[in-house]
Amino acid sequence: MPRVSLRRQTLATAALLATAYGLVFFYAPIEADQGFVQKIFYLHVPLAICALAGFIAGGLFGVAYLRSGVRRFDERSYVAIHLALVFGALTLATGSIWARASWGHWWVWQEPTLVSFLIVFLLYATYQPLRFAIDDRDRQARYAAVFAIVGAAFIPLNFAAVRLAQAYTHPRVLGATGGSMPGSMRLTFLCCLAAIGLLFVTLCRLELAAKRVRFRHRALARVRALDHEDAVNRPTRRPVEPAIVSRGS
Amino acid sequence: MPALPLHAAGPYVAAAYLVFLAVVLAYVSIIAAKIGRLERRLDEDERR
Repeated sequence: MPRVSLRRQTLATAALLATAYGLVFFYAPIEADQGFVQKIFYLHVPLAICALAGFIAGGLFGVAYLRSGVRRFDERSYVAIHLALVFGALTLATGSIWARASWGHWWVWQEPTLVSFLIVFLLYATYQPLRFAIDDRDRQARYAAVFAIVGAAFIPLNFAAVRLAQAYTHPRVLGATGGSMPGSMRLTFLCCLAAIGLLFVTLCRLELAAKRVRFRHRALARVRALDHEDAVNRPTRRPVEPAIVSRGS
Repeated sequence: MPALPLHAAGPYVAAAYLVFLAVVLAYVSIIAAKIGRLERRLDEDERR
């Protein structure tokens, strides 16, 4: 399958983001209950969905790495989790701003949706310290893959538990019955979800490109170091010492 | 809580979108600077 160049994908992402957020402010109606502040929904919910999807993708790449041992899957798992953490932090920040505007509090500890997301975020915040505490690269990749798989398995369980819990203040907009959004809001939301999803994939590719350049640089440095070591250890041709000839007997 | 009027809700909405924009721009610039620096170093090393 032909791959889209990173530059083109970046431009497409910027265009889709501009279109989606243009729809948010110029097409989607103002919600009757919450008013203008509900516009945060089009940012906060896609960020949360992409963050959780990124954690799950990290787990799936972890499975692929453990099955195949191919280093590329480990890199993808790491990048997916790293970016999901960034998106998770953004979810928490935008959610807090929305909570302050809607509920009058930055954070509500009694609300299972908020607390469970925070737990997932803090769980994954330990991924990098764990990973980089191990020096051996193979062990590091193996342990990180196991962490990613266990974490990813935890997410659907956590999600189901939150759904079963009694809602306190956080609304459940996207229910199993399809939710209660009118068509224009739904279309806008889906565009925003696609734009944030594409942003996630583009940022992943960008970070993978950075990693690839770094690996090339390290590989070159290693080859240089080996050459240098070789040159130092190579036996130098010494002048043959004259044989001691016994003179006379 | 009743819905905030536009003049009160505006700063919250702006803050949420600006936080998002700032983080994404910072992330992209850090990665782009890193790629640029590494590519320059790689070119120098390959030329040597």
